[in-house]
Amino acid sequence: MTQLAGYRPPYPGTQPNHLHPPYVSSRKRAPTKPLVPIPFTLTEITGPSFGTEILPPKACDLTRLRGGEAIGERIVVSGRVLDENSRPVPNTLIEIWQANAAGRYHHEVDKHDAPLDPNFAGSGKTITDSEGRYRFLTIRPGEYPWGNHYNAWRPAHIHFSIFGPAFATRLVTQMFFPGDPLLAFDPIFNCTADEKARNRLISVFDWETTSPDYSLGYRFDLILRGREATPMGDKLGE
Amino acid sequence: MSLQTTTSQTVGPYFGIGMTWLIRDNLIGEGVSGDRFTIQGRVFDGDGLPVPDAILEIWQANAHGKYDHPEDTQRKLLEPGFKGYGRVLVSHEGMFRFVTIKPGSVPGPKGKEQAPHLAISIFMRGLLKRLVTRMYFPDDPRNADDPILTLVEPERRSTLIARKTAGGAGTLEWNVLLQGPDETVFFDVGL
Repeated sequence: MTQLAGYRPPYPGTQPNHLHPPYVSSRKRAPTKPLVPIPFTLTEITGPSFGTEILPPKACDLTRLRGGEAIGERIVVSGRVLDENSRPVPNTLIEIWQANAAGRYHHEVDKHDAPLDPNFAGSGKTITDSEGRYRFLTIRPGEYPWGNHYNAWRPAHIHFSIFGPAFATRLVTQMFFPGDPLLAFDPIFNCTADEKARNRLISVFDWETTSPDYSLGYRFDLILRGREATPMGDKLGE
Repeated sequence: MSLQTTTSQTVGPYFGIGMTWLIRDNLIGEGVSGDRFTIQGRVFDGDGLPVPDAILEIWQANAHGKYDHPEDTQRKLLEPGFKGYGRVLVSHEGMFRFVTIKPGSVPGPKGKEQAPHLAISIFMRGLLKRLVTRMYFPDDPRNADDPILTLVEPERRSTLIARKTAGGAGTLEWNVLLQGPDETVFFDVGL
């Protein structure tokens, strides 16, 4: 018989609610009935894993495409994936996507009147190493307008999708840049009550990963849920 | 000192750029056992309009009721052709479709068996964090005692059970309604 522990709930105020009325798209899409709490079972404490063989070549370098160099300011975005107990999360898939330097996404829905860059697709993926580290070389994304309210502009950001060890640890988030004047006005960034939690979405300028004459470095650590100390009392039928 | 889990943010409207490469709309690899099903459905918003920009992820056990994961230590067969992970994007009409096998039952709380089910995460523009739900299979007598389904008010359980279709025994329909009187049941698993 094996006993397995669940995952800790988030600290109060550190995660958004589904409904955040200033973010207009949440109004017709957030559930209106209370979520039904369920105990952790084997379903939620297991989850998919992926090996490096699924990664296309150079999937962590977004700056070159079709033999040409993307336009914009080259940056290295790197960090570690840890759990709440500061333990590294190794061998887990990270996907990123972002606008180009002009603030335009390579996507049919994006009608923003800014140039596309034929040498920038805006998508990267990698798998963390044995210490939970990851590293992307990309272009600093531009800010761009959106239709949420009059004269609405999104702060510069990079989308991150990460799996972690279990269905319960799945996380999608956005990384922002220090000093962005638009952060204070962005309903998506501000959807979380806890100011410190919000501010942890802002990357940190990093000399250590800044390369002379080539690129600036930004550091962004991702924290996944920690394990409960006590087993969930589940006995697996062996 | 304890760290705190990173705050969730929406996938936004452009997630296809970063997530399409890993579409897995057929979970069945070579030599996989089990009853095959095509599962199709649509995602609707609070106005009853189809959601054109959503992504669903599926996690499930194989036909023996075994997850391809190191913490599933049950003495059940793993099948190399079945990883249990699926990912589908909806169409402009909010439609999704994937092909998989009906999983075996897996243990639940206090060793009680769970009815065969798929765990589903849903991401879309407008959702600041994912929605978590489950899809169960129609006409399975184990649904009546499932330790998770029975946590749901009886009149809402049907939102979690796929329906048979005119398309034949191998095709099931399961829609996701984000709001309204027939709103799909979504679960709280902490995040």
